[in-house]
Amino acid sequence: MKVLVAVKRVIDYNVKVRVKPDNTGVDLANVKMAMNPFCEIAVEEAVRLKEKGVASEIVVVSIGPKAAQEQIRTALALGADRGIHVETDEEVQSLEAAKLLKAVVEKEEPKLVILGKQSIDSDNNQTGQMLAALTGMGQGTFASEVVVEGDKVNVTREVDGGLMTVSLNLPAVVTTDLRLNEPRYASLPNIMKAKKKPLDNMSPADLGVDVAPRLSTLKVEAPAARQAGVKVADVAELVDKLKNEAKVI
Amino acid sequence: MSILVIAEHDNSSLKQATLNVVAAAKAIGGDIDVLVAGENCGAVAEAAAKAEGVNKVLVADNAAYGHFLGENLGELVAEVGKGYSHVLAAAGTTGKDFMPRVAALLDVAQVSDIIRVESDDTFVRPIYAGNAIATVKSSDSIKVITVRPTAFDPVAAEGGSASVEQLDVVKDAGLSAFVSEEKAESDRPDLASAGIVISGGRGMQNGDNFKMLESVADLLGAAVGASRAAVDAGFVPNDMQVGQTGKIVAPQLYVAVGISGAIQHLAGMSDSKVIVAINKDEEAPIFQVADYGLVADLFEAVPQLEEELKKVL
Repeated sequence: MKVLVAVKRVIDYNVKVRVKPDNTGVDLANVKMAMNPFCEIAVEEAVRLKEKGVASEIVVVSIGPKAAQEQIRTALALGADRGIHVETDEEVQSLEAAKLLKAVVEKEEPKLVILGKQSIDSDNNQTGQMLAALTGMGQGTFASEVVVEGDKVNVTREVDGGLMTVSLNLPAVVTTDLRLNEPRYASLPNIMKAKKKPLDNMSPADLGVDVAPRLSTLKVEAPAARQAGVKVADVAELVDKLKNEAKVI
Repeated sequence: MSILVIAEHDNSSLKQATLNVVAAAKAIGGDIDVLVAGENCGAVAEAAAKAEGVNKVLVADNAAYGHFLGENLGELVAEVGKGYSHVLAAAGTTGKDFMPRVAALLDVAQVSDIIRVESDDTFVRPIYAGNAIATVKSSDSIKVITVRPTAFDPVAAEGGSASVEQLDVVKDAGLSAFVSEEKAESDRPDLASAGIVISGGRGMQNGDNFKMLESVADLLGAAVGASRAAVDAGFVPNDMQVGQTGKIVAPQLYVAVGISGAIQHLAGMSDSKVIVAINKDEEAPIFQVADYGLVADLFEAVPQLEEELKKVL
């Protein structure tokens, strides 16, 4: 069974995000970039499926600038077999990303597509579901467990207030939540080996997809800064303030 | 303009988030219809008809919608939503699941998790886990939008008298089936929607010590959360994590206990109305965002807090 994993290059989650002074976006110059954490979980899940003998080949795809190759190489070092880089310097929004991935799905015909549930930059939580709708596949979103059985996959989903398990016909789309697994670190020998794994490069035009954005960002601002409040002397004062000043208890 | 709001419910009762979303719809302006899709969900439709500002309630009552499977809801809402200028749902796990399918089927972009309405085509939403706030304008003919419920004050649950209309549309995509459900056993409210959250960090030292927080939480009707450090240290499960890669919360009161205040934690809770920090390190960054800071050993302060709360509650 072939598994396709989509990964995104984003700002490293430990970096303090700064809004540009001209309010056009977030300052990404000289900022450490990394694979989106939910995408790391997606790669790990695919690798575990391969280790269990369920997956036979893992193809990793990333849409983004030239530098997104780094994240593809990371996925290859973690155990993916080959990479596809859809190279563009444009800002690709969710619907257009889903259309590009649909084109890749049509070429590769994977049985399972695994994506992160959202990227920590745009925080949209859309691409997996849109891909599933465009390709007519079922979707197991916010997955905390993925079990492939024959021509179906059972996905346990993290939903508000608990867990819900659904059975999906294959091929299907799965989006990962935090508890699905703990991603491994790439070993040095595997990082070296990953450099030799095949990596195809193509453009959105090669896939016949127009990536012009539908949403325009008018401005990006820093959130209203919180002012540090007061220090209280003891617990009694704290409870008094919460009850009589803030009136929240 | 005409707005379709998709009701959030459990087939027996209407969830308050729906009233928050109707409030967002009112801010856009126009006729507001509510779609109740579920199975044996008549009571939900009646409740929705009473909500303030609702023009008409549409009911799609069929086994295909009983478990809110995204594949089936996506097709239904795309079909019904075609006739509207805006389609809105709460940004809970159900809305997040089916709404992007709706957008894709309608070939429009989705605007996720809005916190403010600027005009009928311009909306404000947090990005980078709330570290930046974007104002975005949609050029699509139908605006598909998920709404962060905590950002809009709910409309009144009573007082409206909308008409109720049964829909005869059955969309079963045949792609997915419900297998089972496991509701969290806790009587405590859900972390993401709780009015009060009390969270522990690495300072809790172990998982057992979280029982102290649970006792306080039960007094307050609060949910219990944790920092990523506490999760990574194995004290508590990952579903309790508040932060950039965990749950984003915005309760009326957030109590951070033994949490230093790493960026990634602050990103998940800094929209809380009132923040309390209890930490023995007075230099901890959490104090820079806390409305009330208490520099103290949590192992003394938390039991005292429980006692003091018992006196006043």
